[in-house]
Amino acid sequence: MKMPSARALVLALVPFVAMCFSVSLWDRVKPLVLGVPFNLFWLILWILLTPCCMWLAYRVEAGSDVRATEQ
Amino acid sequence: MSSGTVALALIIGIVAVGAVVGFLAGAHRKMDLEQWTVAGRGFGVVLVFLLMAGEVYTTFAFLGASGWVYSRGGPTLYVLAYLTLGYVVSFFILPPLWEAGRQYRLQTQPDFFKARYGNKYLAGLVCVLGMLSFIPYVQLQLTGVGIIVSTASFGSVGRVPAMSVAVVLLVAFVFANGVRAVAWVSVIKDFLILISAVAIGIGIPLVHFGGIGPMFAALIAARPTHLTMPGATAHLGHSWFISTVMLTSLGLYMWPQNFAATFTAKSADTLRRNAVVMPLYTLTLAFIFFAGFATVLIVPGLANGDLALLTVVRQSFPSWFLGIIGGAGALSAMVPASIFILTGATLFAKNLYRPLFAPAMTDEQVARLARSMVIVLGSISLGLAIYGSSTLVSLLLTGYAGVTQFFPGVALGLYWRRAAAPAVLAGMLIGVFTAVVLMSTDRDPVFGLNAGFVALCVNVLIAVVGSMLIPPRDA
Repeated sequence: MKMPSARALVLALVPFVAMCFSVSLWDRVKPLVLGVPFNLFWLILWILLTPCCMWLAYRVEAGSDVRATEQ
Repeated sequence: MSSGTVALALIIGIVAVGAVVGFLAGAHRKMDLEQWTVAGRGFGVVLVFLLMAGEVYTTFAFLGASGWVYSRGGPTLYVLAYLTLGYVVSFFILPPLWEAGRQYRLQTQPDFFKARYGNKYLAGLVCVLGMLSFIPYVQLQLTGVGIIVSTASFGSVGRVPAMSVAVVLLVAFVFANGVRAVAWVSVIKDFLILISAVAIGIGIPLVHFGGIGPMFAALIAARPTHLTMPGATAHLGHSWFISTVMLTSLGLYMWPQNFAATFTAKSADTLRRNAVVMPLYTLTLAFIFFAGFATVLIVPGLANGDLALLTVVRQSFPSWFLGIIGGAGALSAMVPASIFILTGATLFAKNLYRPLFAPAMTDEQVARLARSMVIVLGSISLGLAIYGSSTLVSLLLTGYAGVTQFFPGVALGLYWRRAAAPAVLAGMLIGVFTAVVLMSTDRDPVFGLNAGFVALCVNVLIAVVGSMLIPPRDA
């Protein structure tokens, strides 16, 4: 099977770093954002940002599909 | 009308509408095995989204997540992270899986292992583990229906009648229309869940504290450590969070029913687009978190955290709204229960009974056997839900650690030509064994890490090193 492109993989790594590996940095109550504890706010923010990352990854992958068929 | 009658009438109305939609979903189609299990591989982005949302966001996700927020606090945040990241993983796994599915006419998870590795023992192991993992899950869903309907109807319907009616309806629409029925019932379920989640997530803090901000301020003052990890637990800290999120996000699409839903899509591109938008559905769970944190101060000291949310909902809303939540809750248990039963029935007929006892069976006979198995599995699950014990909950957790052991076989199988059947089989067996031993001897977490994740690492190591030691087939 065709390997995914490196750029798509890097884009997919961004949410993993933000929501998983960096937990020690954001697992805090303060500062409250709109009255919500920071850790909960951070995860909600990344629920919204993850589709943006994956939309870019989709563009990259769709673009590489087009190039693959043109060749 | 008493408040119980109003709520009950709404619950019955919502469940009835759901059932009718399920019966109409496949009208005028010939239901062969291909239509029944994978809807003829014809679903676009919207129906794939609804089917997958129907499978993932179950009653247990809502009651379980709010229950964990109540009893454990901060560590529950892993749920928001793993669901979102599970879709990120799916972006890379599902499209090539769909291509393989189209090429080899795959309908189930063991089908994939048989086509890729050509090893019937590996396929058989995947089939048996898949069926073992799903039975306690169905039982939990039905228990959920019982709790929700009896609570929302103010006790006027008992748990057993509620569960029985739910099983009869879902067995009937799955029997008639297969996966198409599940996807269409999910349309109503998702719409109602969205409304209910937002309403209770904003409503409960508003009624009891005057808003979400004041609610968190009160909670921080009363229980300053409850909101961060390890919250109210002793060992669920940051290394547990990372290992659990890794385990469960890799495992999300390894559940047999989620895996098989891949084959209902009409193209690989459908699945890629689906992976981009699916994380947004996780926002509904964020509202459940608001409600869950509110329950900590409203009803402190409950022995069973899973009941906290419903208890507070009943104190906070008018009875007609309780009816809507009850109906939504009942459907959100019936949708996943129906897809589990459908998947289990297909696994039994196609991947267990035919290869073992009747290799000459035609697809048409397999389809007939699978449909009768729906009735059998429905009855077994109902029996377990009525007479079953709570130890099944721990079986479910073992189930997640179990199905994730499929991941190396799937990911390596799709992307690495040298991945070899004996290595994958050995990794899977030792992985499952490790997980079961660690969990059954109360060594979860081990060294601060999720036991299932430790088992997965062992599995990956064996599968990779073993495959490298075996000479390539075509060399």
